[in-house]
Parts: sequence; C-alpha cells; structure tokens
Amino acid sequence: MGKERVVLQGNEAVAEGALAAGARFFAGYPITPSTEIAERLSVRLPEVGGAFMQMEDEIASMAAVIGASLAGKKALTATSGPGFSLMQENLGYAAMAQVPCVVVNVMRGGPSTGLPTDPSQGDVMQARWGTHGEHSIITLIPSSVKECYHLTVRAFELSERHRTPVIVLSDAIIGHMREAIELPDPDELRVYPRRDPDYSVEEYEEIVSTVDNILPQASLGSRFKVHVTGLVYDRRSGSPDTSAPSVAAELGTYLREKIYLHRDALTDVEELFMDDAELAVFAYGSVARSAKSAVRWARERGLKVGLVRPITIWPFPTAAVEEMSRKVHTIIVPEMNLRQIAWEVQAASCSEARVVDYGRIDGKLIHPREIQELIERELTVKEHTA
Amino acid sequence: MTALVDEQTLRAPEEGSVLPQIKPRPISEIRAHLRATRTLWCPGCSNGIVTRALVEAILALDLDEDKVAIFAGIGCCGRITTYVDYSTVHTTHGRALAFASGAKVADPDLHVIVVMGDGDCAAIGGNHLIHAARRNIDVTALVFNNSIYGMTGGQMSPTTHVGDRSTTSRYGNVERAFDLCELAHASGATYVARGTAWDYRQLARLIAGGINHHGFSFVEAMAICPVYYGRQNLTADPAEFLTLQKEHAVPASTYGEGVARRHETYPVGVLHHAEFEEYTDGQRVTRQRAQEHGRG
Repeated sequence: MGKERVVLQGNEAVAEGALAAGARFFAGYPITPSTEIAERLSVRLPEVGGAFMQMEDEIASMAAVIGASLAGKKALTATSGPGFSLMQENLGYAAMAQVPCVVVNVMRGGPSTGLPTDPSQGDVMQARWGTHGEHSIITLIPSSVKECYHLTVRAFELSERHRTPVIVLSDAIIGHMREAIELPDPDELRVYPRRDPDYSVEEYEEIVSTVDNILPQASLGSRFKVHVTGLVYDRRSGSPDTSAPSVAAELGTYLREKIYLHRDALTDVEELFMDDAELAVFAYGSVARSAKSAVRWARERGLKVGLVRPITIWPFPTAAVEEMSRKVHTIIVPEMNLRQIAWEVQAASCSEARVVDYGRIDGKLIHPREIQELIERELTVKEHTA
Repeated sequence: MTALVDEQTLRAPEEGSVLPQIKPRPISEIRAHLRATRTLWCPGCSNGIVTRALVEAILALDLDEDKVAIFAGIGCCGRITTYVDYSTVHTTHGRALAFASGAKVADPDLHVIVVMGDGDCAAIGGNHLIHAARRNIDVTALVFNNSIYGMTGGQMSPTTHVGDRSTTSRYGNVERAFDLCELAHASGATYVARGTAWDYRQLARLIAGGINHHGFSFVEAMAICPVYYGRQNLTADPAEFLTLQKEHAVPASTYGEGVARRHETYPVGVLHHAEFEEYTDGQRVTRQRAQEHGRG
C-alpha cells in the first residue's frame, strides 16, 4: 500500500503533525489566521482519545497547556499576534519551570490588531525575547505545508527532550496555503515518548540531587511528588530559593546551557547552491519560497547566487551564518519586518560581507521579482566597486 | 450514549448531607503532611489556620495522596505550595484555575485543589474564575480572603470594603467589594461555601464537602491580615480580629432574619449546592461521540 497523499492547508498540517507526535491536549482561543488549527483539533483530538479546550483567552490557553503537560499529556496551543502577546507571561513560566509544550504562532501583521488576515514576520524577535527575563527558547520556522507537519513533530521532540517550550512560527501564507503532502508512516517519525521516570522514588530523588542532565519530569498523579514553581528554585529540591544568589545564577545558567550547549544538534539550515556562491540570500518562512525562486532564476542566468534558509531560527544558526559570510561578498536578507533578522545576520557575520536588508510591512509577500532586482542591483554594485 | 443533563437541578443546601464529619487530628499528624517548619507568613496571620483546615479535609476524606494536586497563584497564600507535602504547582498571578483546568482535563483522576487569594482570584484572575465555574469543572477553589494585597504591603483588593483604608486608598476605598460567593454562584459553581479562620473545624468540613462534590466547588475562607489590613482598619490584634469574625459570621440558615443582616455580617456554611453535568464528564461524552462518528 502506498503512502497516503493528501492536500492539506499549513494549519491543518500542524494539527496532523501534532497528533502524529503524540499530542493529546490542545487549549486555545479563536484568532485569525490560526483558527483552523483549533477547529481541526477540536474534531481530531476526541477521535484519538485526547481533549480539546476552548479557553476564555490566550493567557488561560497557555496556562491550561502547561497544566495538561504537567499532568502527563503532550500539549500545544496555537495563536496569532495579539494572542501570542497574551501568552508571553506563561510562556516564561514554562521556560522557568521546564515544562515541555508547543506554541504555534501563525504570524499576521502587527502591532496590535494590525492586519489580521495578512502575513508578516514581525514576531521573530518576540518569539526570542517576548517574555520578561533572561531565558532560552527554541523556535522553528516552516516554509511549506510539509514542513508545518514535520516541524510540529520535531517541535514536540525537542520540547520533550529539552523540557522547554518550543515555538513554531508559521505565518498567514504558510498557514492558509494548500499543498499535496505524503503523510509519513508513524514509525518513520522521530517521536520522543512521554513517560514517567523509571526509577524508584528514592533513586529519583537521589539522581535529581546529583546529576546535571535533563531528567524526565514526573507527572502529577504519578508516584512521585512533583513541585513546580515560577520562582527561582533549587533544582535539586524544586523548592523556591530567592535568597541565595548562587542558586539564581546556577539555575539561569543551566536553563541557557541545556539549550545552547546543544545548538549544533538543534539548528537546522537548508542550503542551496552555496558551494560556489558569491552572493547569498538569507531568508526564512514564506519569504524563503520567493527567495528560492529568485536564486534559481539567477542560476539560470549563470549568476553565482546561493540560498541559506534557517529552519531553526532560535537558537540562531550562528555557525551557518559565519560560514556563509566567509564565502560571499554580499548577503541579502529579505523579510516581512524591518531588519529583525538582518541585525542578527550582521552580528553573526565574521567577514567583510555586506548585509543588505530588505523589509516589507504592508501585509504583502515579498515577490520573487523584488529579490531578483536586489540580486541584480547588488551584483552591479559589486562590479563597479571591485 | 450518555445523555447530557439539560437543566440545572437546584437543591436547597442541606449541610448535614453534604458535609463529612471531621474529627480534628493531633498536630503531629498535620505536621507529617507539611514540608516546611517555617513560613514567611507574618505573626498573627490566619493562613496557617486555613492551611490546617485544608490538610484536615484531605486527611478526613482519605484521598489517594498520589492523586492530590494543589495549585496556587501568587500572593501570601500562594506559598502554601512550598509548605504542604503533596504535589504542588505554584503558578502565575491569577492563573491558577486555568493551569488546574488543563491538568484536570488531562488526568480526570486527579483531586485538584486550587488555592487563591482575593486579589489573585477576583482581580487579575476574575475571568478565569467565572469561566471555570461556568464549565463546572471538578476542581475545588479555596480562596483565602483577607480583603487586602498582603504580599505587596497592604493595597486595596476587590474585596476591600467601601471606606476601608489601604496603602492605595488612604482617603477611604470608594470601590464596592465583590461578594465572592455570589459571584461564584452566579457564574455557575455547583458548590459554594463560606467559612472563617475563627471556626476552622467548620472550614475543614466545608473544604471536604467541596473536594467531595463532583463539579466546580468554591470555598471562601474568611482570613485575617492583622498586619496590613488590621492596622489600617479594624484592629492589629490577631485574637481580637478573629473574635470579630465570630460576631460577623452568621449561619446561612438564619442569615437575613431579624437584626442579623448588617453590612459587616456575612452568611457562613454551604450557600449553594446543585448537580449539573461536570466538565470532564462532558469531555468523555465528546470522545464517545467522536469515536462513534468516526466508526460510522
């Protein structure tokens, strides 16, 4: 029997990916352009024995997701702009208390109510720094329907493995676009299981108090006593300790390192025609689709242009950007915001490569033609200055 | 397929039938269920009394302790999560009921108890309160109502009375206070009770009745804050403050008769008790329908 081939919308693919990853709980609040994720899961979750909750707001949605995860279920929520802002408080809680969960933000134009039905990439920095305080977070950014499916599966894997919230940053184009995809067999997917620790209660307490690796979180209702807090806490006892500076420093450092020490394994990047490229386009999400088309157009004309597409945007793929900056004289960064990621590319570049930013905030996708014109312009500039 | 209950069947409060009898335990037995020997609560604070009432209630019901999950918000009473020896989740300010709702839906076998302060529950968390009550989800909300923000040093809360002084109402509060029990009842809670720190045995019975009730239970514990509320208003003397509770608390069965109904008095006991389909039961019905539909 061949694999099932279906036509899905990006938002529907997120929902199916979540189910394939073993998610059995969703809490959310209707908001354009993410609502189809909630609608589909309200139908699909009960079919597979899971639960869907429509909450009173996005603050409660994020809270319920954390509660469900603590009670042993893989859980997610999905939202857009204003809802993502409301989730920031409890997103920080999940980071602090090390609760695995997945947050899908289908980006729309902002700030505030902004352009509810139009795409944007205005939340890439909010995904990184939206909640208050020093923290680390993982963020994946799909640029196709197939990737909506697979990156949602990946988000759950990373979230469980690192005990941290993971954000999937889709946008109004990717979310509402339809493409044919092959649904993989469940056993082809890398699914990180949720299970209670295998130790005895005594062994568990002993291990928690001595080792530094990430232990699976025991669930509420299990034979383990679970203590969770958003205060600074002693990682060994789980109890708040706000008086010892060393405890706060150790916890904060640990929360960063448990992600950053693994950044090579975490950061996925797609490269196209980079072997001999002299100019690179660095683009992500829906804009990467236009960028890919423009780069192909350039190659057809014999121009040495390549594409670097981050699939993980946080932690930022610094190593890939460093390498790119050594190869090329110019890096074009088209994005549906004003320089948010161009600044990061600039910061990570370690050469003389010029970083050229190009932003649109009018709710319209950057057309391949605009990127073609940028490529032509920059190659001409280079010729005249060489 | 299980039929959904269409109408809320109201029943007059019958305390005797709802409330389990509780024989207070020796303090050593209570201490065995505490993780801390010291608290950050001020001398004279009644939070310790309410905490004891909660532990008494859990012990009296002989619950499977592995299945007890205590959620709390932020504020003085939120620190209960550090003190009691059950699984605990110290959540964010006002959001405890939303965290707890997710956990209860994910694992309906949990005995979920949610501790909140008056500001926590009725100001920043007011929206979560009314919706948790409306859903009739089987969690027990226990509110420590001391009519003040204690942790931040004595600001007015949604249960501070008109005319009361606080550090943000120096000239006398001009906002009306919420009656939390009426709010919970109007929002759909199917078990509503009020007790006092003064009568902790009754309070323990009221909490036990709430945990036993299959649906959203709301228990308001009238607490005292002699340091931040008392000094600015009634009295800074904890014993005197507790004695005033004795005068102000009127049994629900006689409240409103004759001269008892004055503005500073309030009814105590089970104020409302009804049966209505519980939310996680509704979730189960939904699953059955979805799976039957899928097979059809």
